[in-house]
Amino acid sequence: MTQQLAPAIDRAYARSFVDSEIRPDADAWDRAGAIPEELLDRIAAAGLWAPFLPPEFGGAGIDMVTLGEIHEEVGRGCSSVRSLLTVHTMLSWALQRFGTDAQIQQWGPELATGRTLGAFCLSEPGAGSDTAAITTTAVPHNGGWLLNGVKKWTTNGQRADLFLVFAQGPASTIALLVPSNAPGVLVNPIDDMLGTRSSMLAEIAFSDVVLGPEALLGPSGFASGMVLTGTLDLGRYSVAAGSVGIIQACIDACSAYAAQRRVGGTALRDLPLIQAKLSDMVTDVRAARLLLAEAGRLKDRGDAATIMATWIAKYFASTAAARHASEAVQIHGANGCSPEFPVGRFYRDAKVMEIIEGSTEIQRMTIAAEAYRKWEP
Amino acid sequence: MSNDTTARILAFITNRFPQADITDTEDIFSLGYINSLFAMELVMFIEKEFTVTIPNDELRIDNFRTAKAMTELVDGLRSAVV
Ligand SMILES: Cc1cc2nc3c(=O)[nH]c(=O)nc-3n(C[C@H](O)[C@H](O)[C@H](O)COP(=O)(O)OP(=O)(O)OC[C@H]3O[C@@H](n4cnc5c(N)ncnc54)[C@H](O)[C@@H]3O)c2cc1C
Repeated sequence: MTQQLAPAIDRAYARSFVDSEIRPDADAWDRAGAIPEELLDRIAAAGLWAPFLPPEFGGAGIDMVTLGEIHEEVGRGCSSVRSLLTVHTMLSWALQRFGTDAQIQQWGPELATGRTLGAFCLSEPGAGSDTAAITTTAVPHNGGWLLNGVKKWTTNGQRADLFLVFAQGPASTIALLVPSNAPGVLVNPIDDMLGTRSSMLAEIAFSDVVLGPEALLGPSGFASGMVLTGTLDLGRYSVAAGSVGIIQACIDACSAYAAQRRVGGTALRDLPLIQAKLSDMVTDVRAARLLLAEAGRLKDRGDAATIMATWIAKYFASTAAARHASEAVQIHGANGCSPEFPVGRFYRDAKVMEIIEGSTEIQRMTIAAEAYRKWEP
Repeated sequence: MSNDTTARILAFITNRFPQADITDTEDIFSLGYINSLFAMELVMFIEKEFTVTIPNDELRIDNFRTAKAMTELVDGLRSAVV
């Protein structure tokens, strides 16, 4: 009798899942503006929602380097699906890091299996990069909290079951776990975005939402900023990985196209200007992948240097993805502007990577501050 | 043991901010450039360096104000484990 072993959740496993379940339909989902429920179920069945959670939660306990590889593979297939994984990962990580035993018991297995899908609510109509400007409030109320405010651009807000909401608490910004079906939560879909069009964005209004004391995730006061810093760090890691996936998808699409398209009797792939574009893509994807892996290794070691390494990986990978996705459209000519080829989607999705989880400008400021840190003005 | 802990904490802070010439009882928040990024780095450093887990209710500013306070926190967490 041979025992059926569960497959290892790693890059090869994710690659084969993406090639069979995601890549063939990503353009159709992009046009429809939604990810079908069946795919969400298949991701759950494959154990890919939060495989880094420990086995006692029902996760696979995989390391962060492997998680980065999985998010890269998913990003190669579809940035919208990767976005859903990103925000679910952020909430799941925050719960694992800061949750009380009771919170972990209530939500851990739910998130590990994907029975409950998470989303991340920080941005507001009037506050994006400037996170200190959020106006959503959490006021102490009957031993718990009263939540009021409006969040915008919430990825998977249309579908998620549990929101990680950042609000101004009595002394500092605090994080709250808010079920989407709590009375007073109103979800308004946001459609027709430029990129990641099927990531089911929403604006979410919280109007006199009454929460118990168990809604508070993590410390309040001095260390409450850590919940946000840590959660965004994981989100940034996932977006860096997704950006590496976009560059790889550009290479795959362009090398296939350039092999069959001919101009003036010559295959596109033999033109030196086209080769220059491909060689830059190949070089940058390797560099980005290495930066990502380095950030992942530092995470696995619990090394504080991972935070800056992740900023740098995301900055490099997202700007390279935007540049190369633009060149990928260029290589495809008019075909690149048509729905017949996926590169138009890569181009629109790559632009989003430069805005989310710390825009390019905010990253440059943070990375420059690192360079300046050691020198007195 | 504690002296060594304090020295390692001070070394981490001055490695990040070489211009900060601080003693073990000086309030690091009074330096003016401690932000939530550094707070996260500091907590991660302490957890990794001294193989401890800092529970939520110990993540209070008073536990992180000075190298001495952080040393006491580490000593307390270590003796709780033993
Ligand atoms: C597809 C998509 C999905 C998203 N999903 C989520 C989500 O799930 N949850 C969530 O909370 N948010 C989400 N967001 C919002 C995203 O986090 C914000 O868009 C981002 O933080 C930037 O904020 P903003 O759009 O308000 O731009 P602003 O902060 O208004 O900035 C506008 C421009 O000014 C630049 N800028 C800002 N400050 C400075 C400065 N000091 N110096 C120089 N330039 C500066 C910015 O880089 C940007 O280019 C999503 C956004 C998109 C597009």
